[in-house]
Amino acid sequence: MLIEQAPYELTVAKKAPLLLAQLNSLTAHHREFCSEYESVVTAQWPNYAVANQLAAVPYLAVSLFKHLSLKSIPDSEVFKTLYSSGTTGNPSKIALDRETAGLQSKTLVKIMQHWLGKERRPMLIIDKPSILDARNSFSARAAGIKGLSFMGRNHCYALNEDMSVNIDAVQQFCSEFAAKPVLVFGFTFMVWQYFVEQLKQSKQRISLPNAILLHSGGWKKLEDRAVDNATFKQAVLEHTDIPKVHNFYGLVEQVGSIFVECEQGHLHCSSYSDVLVRDAETWHPLPLGKEGILQLMSVLPKSYPGHSLLTEDRAVILGEDDCLCGRKGKYFNIKGRLPKVDMRGCSDTFTPTVRERS
Amino acid sequence: MSNEPTNNEKLISSFATSLVIPESQVSESLAYNTINEWDSTAHMLLIAELENTFNVMLDTDDIIDLSSVNKAKEILAKHGITF
Ligand SMILES: [Zn+2]
Repeated sequence: MLIEQAPYELTVAKKAPLLLAQLNSLTAHHREFCSEYESVVTAQWPNYAVANQLAAVPYLAVSLFKHLSLKSIPDSEVFKTLYSSGTTGNPSKIALDRETAGLQSKTLVKIMQHWLGKERRPMLIIDKPSILDARNSFSARAAGIKGLSFMGRNHCYALNEDMSVNIDAVQQFCSEFAAKPVLVFGFTFMVWQYFVEQLKQSKQRISLPNAILLHSGGWKKLEDRAVDNATFKQAVLEHTDIPKVHNFYGLVEQVGSIFVECEQGHLHCSSYSDVLVRDAETWHPLPLGKEGILQLMSVLPKSYPGHSLLTEDRAVILGEDDCLCGRKGKYFNIKGRLPKVDMRGCSDTFTPTVRERS
Repeated sequence: MSNEPTNNEKLISSFATSLVIPESQVSESLAYNTINEWDSTAHMLLIAELENTFNVMLDTDDIIDLSSVNKAKEILAKHGITF
């Protein structure tokens, strides 16, 4: 089982057969227990039996989770439902049973241990404390904070309820823990808009020279402000002294098997996930270096058919097993969201226009 | 004096305090995510409570493994706490 492997040590020769076998068994599992999934597979891939390669594994458009209740467990087994943060339209609804939820937390911790070590670190959360209140608790932001807070101790919230910096709390945290390895976590936009920018405007700075900043949630809002990754890191360093900054990418539809940015600025697949990039017109898989629509595969989703998903993001796979950072597996960059019109086209996978021949 | 609570009593009281449940509900088999009160947020409070009560530092493996009252005893035993 891939889940027992270290996150970044498998080369393709070892990983590919294990991954294909696990994805095939997940496809079979979901065809049996989720009738909507079975309908999509038979409509899109007539005569489908089993995938002989990664690219032949059936995939769902991630937006289907907004329109359909896709789950492979009876209602009585639903232990928790995750919702995407989608600002427009319906949120995705992801049904988890205890097994899948447990697998997600374990995998997230396993990946994070690689980057942070096993010791829990004093943790500064770039958000307001009420984000975990019951009325917010289903948001993607709350789910992300809860998941990552397992890696921390002495949790401190950096923002007040009005989104201003709680500078007293932050300075107190710094004076207590700055000499130790610290974890700082927040959503990319929150870190920029409500932390770095506010420190800058109020001409304040903090010093956490032993900290790692993890952030996720997408670059869209920052690109609108012409802030790229290099600018982001530079500003973080300037105003907080935090030298290590790692973005990570992941979907609510595949919680746990996240993709973390390495020192070279590349997002890395772990042993528990993989990616493909497809042409937006033909849906054929594209070679390394070609930009297309990102498909994500994860071995975790058992309670819902989310093991192979076509995202709404454009990406380029840069290489496999040979990143200069030394980690094995594919590595890639996100190139932004698909235009709305394309998304409409590929979300409607009940119309059998998306057909993979292999 | 024999008024000092035993480690078992301390453990039960830590669970009851952090999960906000009566001590009578803290059985050996009580498990993470089986009652509404023991969710991921309460889990972090519980970990902090156990660390303070028993003066230990739990790592991320411990947090994931600590999935029942029974498991809590095992993990604390690993850190030198006897029951
Ligand atoms: Zn790398």
